[in-house]
Amino acid sequence: MKTLDHQAEVRFLQDREGGLLVVSSGSWRVAALNQVAPILERRCRGLRNRPLRWDLSRVSSIDSAGIILLKHYLDQLQAQGCKVEIVGASPAQQRLYQMVASYAMASPETREEHRSRFLRPFTRLGESAVAFLRDINAFLSFVGENFVVLMLLLLQPWKFRYRATIRNIQDAGVGALPIVTLTSFLIGVVIAYQGAVQLQKFGANIFVVDMIAISVTRELAPLITAIVVAGRTGSSYTAQIGVMKITQEIDAMRIMGFEPHRFLVLPRVVAVMIALPLMIFFADIIGILGGMLVANVHLNISFTEFIHRLQNVLEVKHVWIGIAKGPFFAWLIAMTGCFRGFQVSRNTESIGRYTTISVVNAIFLVIACDALFSVLLTELGI
Amino acid sequence: MNPVIRISNVVTRFGSNLVHDGITLSVKKGEIYGLLGGSGSGKSTLLREMIMLQRPQAGEISVLGHDLMSLGRKEAAWLQRQWGVLFQAGALYSSLTVAENIGIKLKEYAHLPKNILGEIVRMKIRMVGLPDHAAELYPAELSGGMIKRASLARALAMDPGLLFLDEPTSGLDPIGAEAFDKLILELREMLDLTVVMVTHDLDSIWTIVDRLAVLGDGKVIAEGSLEEVMRQPHPIIKQFFHGERGRIRSQHGK
Repeated sequence: MKTLDHQAEVRFLQDREGGLLVVSSGSWRVAALNQVAPILERRCRGLRNRPLRWDLSRVSSIDSAGIILLKHYLDQLQAQGCKVEIVGASPAQQRLYQMVASYAMASPETREEHRSRFLRPFTRLGESAVAFLRDINAFLSFVGENFVVLMLLLLQPWKFRYRATIRNIQDAGVGALPIVTLTSFLIGVVIAYQGAVQLQKFGANIFVVDMIAISVTRELAPLITAIVVAGRTGSSYTAQIGVMKITQEIDAMRIMGFEPHRFLVLPRVVAVMIALPLMIFFADIIGILGGMLVANVHLNISFTEFIHRLQNVLEVKHVWIGIAKGPFFAWLIAMTGCFRGFQVSRNTESIGRYTTISVVNAIFLVIACDALFSVLLTELGI
Repeated sequence: MNPVIRISNVVTRFGSNLVHDGITLSVKKGEIYGLLGGSGSGKSTLLREMIMLQRPQAGEISVLGHDLMSLGRKEAAWLQRQWGVLFQAGALYSSLTVAENIGIKLKEYAHLPKNILGEIVRMKIRMVGLPDHAAELYPAELSGGMIKRASLARALAMDPGLLFLDEPTSGLDPIGAEAFDKLILELREMLDLTVVMVTHDLDSIWTIVDRLAVLGDGKVIAEGSLEEVMRQPHPIIKQFFHGERGRIRSQHGK
């Protein structure tokens, strides 16, 4: 009996006059309805124009969900031309039914989706194109606002937040040195190994120095360092500013007259622009060191030999070009990070979304910018 | 008849801070029970202990005949389905719409066809007095009063017999607060609810609370109907009901 009480049940019986008798029993409460719903759905669909009696007397308890289920199929049966008579409903059940009916009546909804399935990809494409343009527009106005604040600051340089900038250099630069060391060292090792295999075929072992020196200083160190900083610092900027947006700290700053660009964005952007070139120089050294080690072990090029060759082949311009990319990459990373942070809306999910977007954007922009540099510098013959 | 909630000799300590020093009270079926007290008197903590979010250091709490201090996993899961909770700030899931917020518990515990679920959710939305179009809104797009109503609808999703409200009218304007009080009264009539509410809104205490307990100094200073409580000579009660605001309120009467 106890198990009966825990599940709602419904049975369809023929009565003596050939009419249909629906007997419901058990507990018609929300958690116990999962078995009756499919039965009702199956049995009610085929019933048309038949007199029906629905017996509720054995229902031990019922809640509003149970009533809604009942009402749904009663309405459906009536719409199909069945005459339904309810028997055995207790006063409490009737009251609950009245209550539910007064709220459940007149269901407007079921907004029809008029768009056809065929057109949907095109509407998606159009929507995302518009969203993309809007994004660019928002980013440009963000950059513009930032520029105006920067110009005003140049007139009153004492208003610049030096202390915050120093702290950001510490966080974004010094804090990232271990991971930058590791990655650039490994890059040097990889380049040296790959080069060694090819160059050994020609007995041109010593050229591995040219290869490591130029590729690391000019391209790889800036790129790898920028990607590490984008993943590490860009994402944290988005999250920090995003949380401040959610907790309305940004609003509080605005009403106190603290320009968010002056207090939050510029210190971060300037900090990364200072830190990244220094980190690239550091990554140059470590990367070449990694290559030197492999050259020594694998190709029998002694350290002195390596350094001697390095002094001859590595023009200083390559190092300068690599380092000069730093501030550009840094600007892109810090600006995207901050910009996406300000786009966070007032729910927790959007922080995660915008942090992801910010890192993806920053890495893409860094690589695109690097490609632009390559083309430009080649055209200029540098 | 057995009380729905029985609390006896509960002791709660946060570090060296003794919040509850032997609390004893009971809530009867079908009543609206108020927990009162100044801020820091541990009324919200007591509520959290009743809904198993926190454990007291000592004492007994039993809800619907189950002892919360020695509860199996299954019993706990069953018990959690018997009550609805309205948190102070609503605590609606910000990534879900109002309709999804209300439907999430139904979806998890009741395996019903989608259209029936939709109808239940729509009924709850109307029941708490929200407009139909609120269903598709996100919590960030709601006003304070709508957030309270939406999370009340969520608390009522499974037709619980027991409803816990943590400062339901705080942050609402007087008109909104009055409407909310009325709503709770109506819902109690319709759904046979037992309501436990933490409040310090004098208007709510006057209009909807049947019985109440006043907490202070880690103890229950007074328990009973409003008249009974007001007769107590304890200084905290005097301060509470006979202070400036309390006096104005009691002149207006019920």
